[in-house]
Amino acid sequence: MTHTSSTDMRVQPKRPLLQRLAGACEPYLYSAPSLVLIATVMLVPLALGLSYAFRDVQILNPFSGGFIGLDHFRALSQDQAFYRALRNTLWWTGASVFLQFFFGLILALLLDKPFRGRGIAQALVFLPWAVPTFLTGLNWAWLFNPVIGPLPHWLFALGLLDEPGNILSDPQLAMWGPIVANVWWGIPFFAITLLAALQAIPRDLYEAAAIDGAGPFQRFRSITLPFLAPTIAITVLLRTVWISNFADLIIVMTNGGPADRTQIVASYIFTQAFKRLDFGYASAISMVLLVLLLVYSMLIVLLRQTMLNRD
Amino acid sequence: MASIDIQDIRKSYGAVQVLHGVDLNIRDGEFIVLVGPSGCGKSTLLRMIAGLEEVTGGDIAIAGKRVNDLAPKDRDIAMVFQSYALYPHMSVAENMSYSLRLRKTPRERIQSAVSAAASKLGLDPLLERRPKALSGGQRQRVAMGRAIVRQPKAFLFDEPLSNLDARLREQMRAEIKKLHGDLGATSIYVTHDQIEAMTLADRIVAMHGGVVQQVGSPLDLYDRPANLFVAGFIGSPGMNFLSAHYVPGENGASVRLGDGTLIALPQKYTLAADEPVTVGIRPEHVELSDADGTGVDAGVELIEPTGFGTILHLTHHGLPFKVFTVDRTHLNAGPAVKVSFPPGHLHLFDGEGDRVTS
Amino acid sequence: MTAKSMVLTVAHRLAILAYIVFALFPLFWLLKVSLTPNDLLYSEGVRMWPSRVSFDHFRFVVAHSDFPIFFRNSLIVAGSTAIVVTILASLSGYALSRFAFRAKYWIVALMLLTQMFPLVMLVAPIFKMLSPLGLTNSLTGLVIVYSAFNVPFATFLMQSFFDGIPKDLEEAAKIDGATQFTAFRQIILPLTLPGIAATIGFVFTAAWSELLFALMLISGNDAATFPVGLLSFVSKFSVDFGQMMAAGVLALIPACVFFFLIQRYLVQGLTAGAVKG
Repeated sequence: MTHTSSTDMRVQPKRPLLQRLAGACEPYLYSAPSLVLIATVMLVPLALGLSYAFRDVQILNPFSGGFIGLDHFRALSQDQAFYRALRNTLWWTGASVFLQFFFGLILALLLDKPFRGRGIAQALVFLPWAVPTFLTGLNWAWLFNPVIGPLPHWLFALGLLDEPGNILSDPQLAMWGPIVANVWWGIPFFAITLLAALQAIPRDLYEAAAIDGAGPFQRFRSITLPFLAPTIAITVLLRTVWISNFADLIIVMTNGGPADRTQIVASYIFTQAFKRLDFGYASAISMVLLVLLLVYSMLIVLLRQTMLNRD
Repeated sequence: MASIDIQDIRKSYGAVQVLHGVDLNIRDGEFIVLVGPSGCGKSTLLRMIAGLEEVTGGDIAIAGKRVNDLAPKDRDIAMVFQSYALYPHMSVAENMSYSLRLRKTPRERIQSAVSAAASKLGLDPLLERRPKALSGGQRQRVAMGRAIVRQPKAFLFDEPLSNLDARLREQMRAEIKKLHGDLGATSIYVTHDQIEAMTLADRIVAMHGGVVQQVGSPLDLYDRPANLFVAGFIGSPGMNFLSAHYVPGENGASVRLGDGTLIALPQKYTLAADEPVTVGIRPEHVELSDADGTGVDAGVELIEPTGFGTILHLTHHGLPFKVFTVDRTHLNAGPAVKVSFPPGHLHLFDGEGDRVTS
Repeated sequence: MTAKSMVLTVAHRLAILAYIVFALFPLFWLLKVSLTPNDLLYSEGVRMWPSRVSFDHFRFVVAHSDFPIFFRNSLIVAGSTAIVVTILASLSGYALSRFAFRAKYWIVALMLLTQMFPLVMLVAPIFKMLSPLGLTNSLTGLVIVYSAFNVPFATFLMQSFFDGIPKDLEEAAKIDGATQFTAFRQIILPLTLPGIAATIGFVFTAAWSELLFALMLISGNDAATFPVGLLSFVSKFSVDFGQMMAAGVLALIPACVFFFLIQRYLVQGLTAGAVKG
């Protein structure tokens, strides 16, 4: 084969500048509208909000607005209500995510099997996700209300309650109200994402495993779980962050009561900001929550990386 | 229609270089086949000509005009994809006319171009159908029709037949050849199938590891492979290779196999005595005789009848090689046969794997 | 069918049935109370279906309250948000799916980060920014805010749909004479219609439900959306359960209709993305 000798390397003619520029710009042009919107409506307010954490911002006090350094954080470190809210957040988030995930996984496995009427069954069980959250809250509050809801009477009949009262006003049990509503509303999210991941698993893997003599439980452990693991990791991470920030149900159902028993950090921020109108303090709490969530996410990502590296 | 000139084309993805300076001049109306194993860079080269991959170094010219910086749409070439890439939401007629509609061609012209292409490919009854409602072969035809309605400067084919079954592939192969005869358009065809390359090409470009190994007519590559790679790639079943040492000899040169057997060569070569060489012979050129005939001893390991002929897997002192014969008597060959290697059909390669010619 | 697989099938169907009952019962109860006449509300509080059905609550809500206005406002806000977000997310999702460019990693990181904010923190700054522009107490302001909140997730959703469409199609279009943008409009977008439907439905439902910002940015009844209206209704007429639930049922209808239509595309789209890994 004849070859032009390598000394004959042509001088690289540069592409016309304008054309190169247009080519390099194209992806930015597509993403620019979204980015501009996110920057102006989320990032700028976020920066402002962070600055409030170091200022005295009270809506009804015309003399507020001054820079006060770390005063808010100092107050926060003494605030027993905040620590209680933090503990409640752990409880609220942990229980909600676990139950949503557990029941969502079972539902996804049930729906992964073809059967007659699957389409309609799927549409019906996913319906709660479409219910507006404030309505979910109201709806469950009504269901727990002994005057018009059946739940207290059923729980009483089952012997789970001493009397058909409202668990939302019982300090020991109140948190279960929003958690149940949250689980009802959130199961479809896990079911949808896990179902999508399940349907992406090649069918012949199961057949091969069955021929190799693996029972249903072994097939689940050695094929389904490893395939689902990435989806599980990312959905659990996103949901955990999201649910810790999710105050709608609690505000609608219990407003943090009784006796702050259902006050989570997110609803505590809401109370500080809109009941006491102390935006500076609210921003300081938000900042702490944001940092905690970032640390949590980093930990999960790191954990995932080390697990991936180990294999 | 146009010539295509490729000069010292290079392609890298980051630090990985996949094309190491390719030169190729394609004449107007020529049918060129790029052939090689997967990963040899043939598809990359084709996509660079199409404008779908950026050129890292070197020049591509279509009809004498440098096109390195032109977008695919301004190069006036058509391409048939392996997946056909038919637009699922358009009918056959819409698929075929899309390029003309983009160019704002008048309606009557579009109609006549589409119907001419459709009748040439036998697509007339299918024009209103969606791709989903077509068989594999029909989709393949639509993809071709989409390319020919525009009368582009050149046709590019990226493994267009590899999604078809064997019989259909054979049929479409013949149709592509006939179509090229009718249209006489410059064509570049990428495949990993050496039969397609042999049957379709005016010239074959054999590629390996991002480097062109040999350019020539199909029979050139078959009769005079430039190196071990081309020798082994072209032809099926593949050429036999035997490691040996060169023996100048007094009554004509020969090679000595590991066990001492001598095989006569057609001529003397400018090689040193005892220089390691590889001698190649195509299975169809090995001559067979019964165990009591003349030649080298060989044991029969396996017999594969193909109907048309028979492939025998033999060994000579642990050295495996294949023989292809259309003679059926050997189907009942005993455990041992004799083989001989006609000197005129031997190929000699030096230690680097390059053909020894003199 | 063997006895064992029979038992398994029955168990499977029963489990599905249990989920359906759990999912639908609260909604059924909402409907039941809204149809129960006031005089039976307490006497038949725990019965599965009232002995007499009346549409009085619905009639009152539609004729004698501001709910038709809330309904209209919510439709405008949720509909506009869905359209705006889908257009923006199609563009940015396409960029993430089809281009390899330097800032891609940062854009993804930024969009993930926005999912992590406590949104409550943004209320006051956003109010301060919008108020000089006259965008508080206005539906336009709500549309802008909701659009920004929903673009990140919608972008990821659209990206996974685009990922499911072979690149060959754009390349074929480019060779046929299309620019990247023409190929996007004429070839890729029509093929992503299920994805677009899913995104519209998803964003519509989200915007329809949003409470916090609607509550804070809107003060008058004229621009109030359904959630705000319903909440004010709850505090004002907290004893009239029938009317509240009738309003609740009405608020539920558009979101559920939308969701019912698009939920199967949602699973499809996520599957397409998952296949690619």
